[in-house]
Amino acid sequence: MAAEVILDVQELRAYYRILKGDVKALDGVSFQVRRGEILGIAGESGCGKSTLAHTLMLRKPPLRHIDGKAIFLGQDIMTMSKEAFRQRRLRDISIIPQYALDALSPTKKIRTFMSDIVREHGIPADKKFFERVEERLRFVNLSPDVLDRYPIELSGGMKQRIIMVISTILNPELVIADEITSALDVSSQRFAASLLVELRDQGIIGSAMFITHDLAILYQIADRLMIMYGGHIVEMGPIDEIVYRPRHPYTKALIDSLPRVGVQYEEQKLEGIKGTPPELLNIGPGCRFRFRCPYKTSKCEQTPITEHINPEHSIACWHYTEIGSESVG
Amino acid sequence: MPAGITPRLEVKALADRRVQPVISAENLTKVFSSGVFFRQQTTAVNNVSFEMYPGTILSLIGESGSGKTTIGRMILKLLRPTSGKLYYKGQDVTEIRGKTALREYYRRVQGVFQDPFSSFNPLFRVDRAFDMVYDVFLPDVKNREERTREVLQAVNLNPDRVLHQFPHQLSGGQLQRLLIARALLLDVEVLVADELISMLDASTRMGVLNLLVDICKNNGMSVLFITHDLALGYYISDYTMIMHRGRLVEKGATREVYHNPVHPYTRMLFRSVPDIGERWDRSEKFVPEQVDEEIAEFYAKNRGRGLAQLSPSHSVLMSLE
Repeated sequence: MAAEVILDVQELRAYYRILKGDVKALDGVSFQVRRGEILGIAGESGCGKSTLAHTLMLRKPPLRHIDGKAIFLGQDIMTMSKEAFRQRRLRDISIIPQYALDALSPTKKIRTFMSDIVREHGIPADKKFFERVEERLRFVNLSPDVLDRYPIELSGGMKQRIIMVISTILNPELVIADEITSALDVSSQRFAASLLVELRDQGIIGSAMFITHDLAILYQIADRLMIMYGGHIVEMGPIDEIVYRPRHPYTKALIDSLPRVGVQYEEQKLEGIKGTPPELLNIGPGCRFRFRCPYKTSKCEQTPITEHINPEHSIACWHYTEIGSESVG
Repeated sequence: MPAGITPRLEVKALADRRVQPVISAENLTKVFSSGVFFRQQTTAVNNVSFEMYPGTILSLIGESGSGKTTIGRMILKLLRPTSGKLYYKGQDVTEIRGKTALREYYRRVQGVFQDPFSSFNPLFRVDRAFDMVYDVFLPDVKNREERTREVLQAVNLNPDRVLHQFPHQLSGGQLQRLLIARALLLDVEVLVADELISMLDASTRMGVLNLLVDICKNNGMSVLFITHDLALGYYISDYTMIMHRGRLVEKGATREVYHNPVHPYTRMLFRSVPDIGERWDRSEKFVPEQVDEEIAEFYAKNRGRGLAQLSPSHSVLMSLE
């Protein structure tokens, strides 16, 4: 039985419109988020992963929605009015933005900050609300005393937990977590990433999109993995299949370049990918990895069509059948 | 040490003391004071001793606030130790004073930092940064252009494509390579690489890292690789030191520390490292704060042992006294 789809993104395009033209940061992406899953979204800087989160949640100029749909629980959120969407934010769909740690106001106690936020969404910050907050704080192993502290008194890991408590306080169906582990120490990274899984397992949140540049963290917690490059989705599938049997030349090179405990330069030299990601300003059609790809042919001047290797595993590459699937694993 | 893991050749040579360290720190301590009316003291680095050898990479691993950057800054003479000694080839680093002596020191000891964009003056083209190196350190060199091209080729950069660019026209990976090229030009003996590749993408950082290893091995440079990334530390380093709240809790040959961690903090770090191919134990209730209790218990159990040498190339802080 196919799992229920809660977010269905179809051919979504969003460009940064600047004086020189369009930066095509998100150029025709289609994917689905299923109920109960953690979808990992990975790629290098400039691949469009954060733009995706911004397009779904808060489009601010110069970022513009060009075309395509994003159907969330039956409604296209791209055409929804601002007010109607605000009603759904925090309740049904919630974002934990990048650099959220710095979003805490330095002059406000955590309690005041939380009240301000929920009031903005039309929820009374009453005794009942704070009872729930305290319960959740204990759930993330924080004492409710933190409510009366200032952000400066808290460590990065503690602040991230507070941010996660606020973002999930109304049990949203979908959480978009954008680089929530990037600024943290390794031990806090494990805690924050595992917390998202636990929130899902406990039914507090429905599903999550976990955006990061760190594939090793996604390997730990994601059910499915989506690899982005230059505004396109290049490959998508179950986490183990992508990590152990990648088919796209970019995914392969990316996974082969990852250091792991047990690999030393003397025995196995890891190679990076030559070249740099493409400039997306006014970029034309074609596979965007072709400038760095060893398998490039003239066919790659056309944008590749996404094909299914099996029902779960899709890929956008003209040559994947010739390349084969051997990998380090 | 588990079976199948042999210490490297260099480790043996160093254990025999046939090689002299370039940098050695003895009971190095740095205390920061803050506050005007109520002095508050923070011990950023607490009684740390270690040695750096030519041709080896020493990783300094720790979480934020552990004091790892402070150690790098003391080596670069950007901070003065509060107590303890720091030697460069037997010479007390704090006593190096005066223009000529300092210039000589910085010809041999250099740093590369996390943010390559702020390491360059955005108003100058890249060749100007190299010219300044010549003006200050190598005024007698005649064939400047030629030497610059040589070192750029050594770091896999095309001189014609980078020299006349402004920093914002280059990528982070290219800028980090330029900084390494600059160190190469000076023929440095000690390089402090503080989170060198943290701002680079996965696909570009390996190039920079491999380059660093090659230069270190070929030129006999000694590298202090400051990082929070344990998998990267394993990949490139010969020796590893783990810092926690200013103290050096475990140090030794990289493989021994990674395959046989003893200190509870080191063990906690290894439990939380996200490693491809090995998943976290989901049944374990993992709470970072728990390590404080574990450390206290560990110190209580091993009272009196202090910094213990478990093997010729592995030592652990077993207790505080």
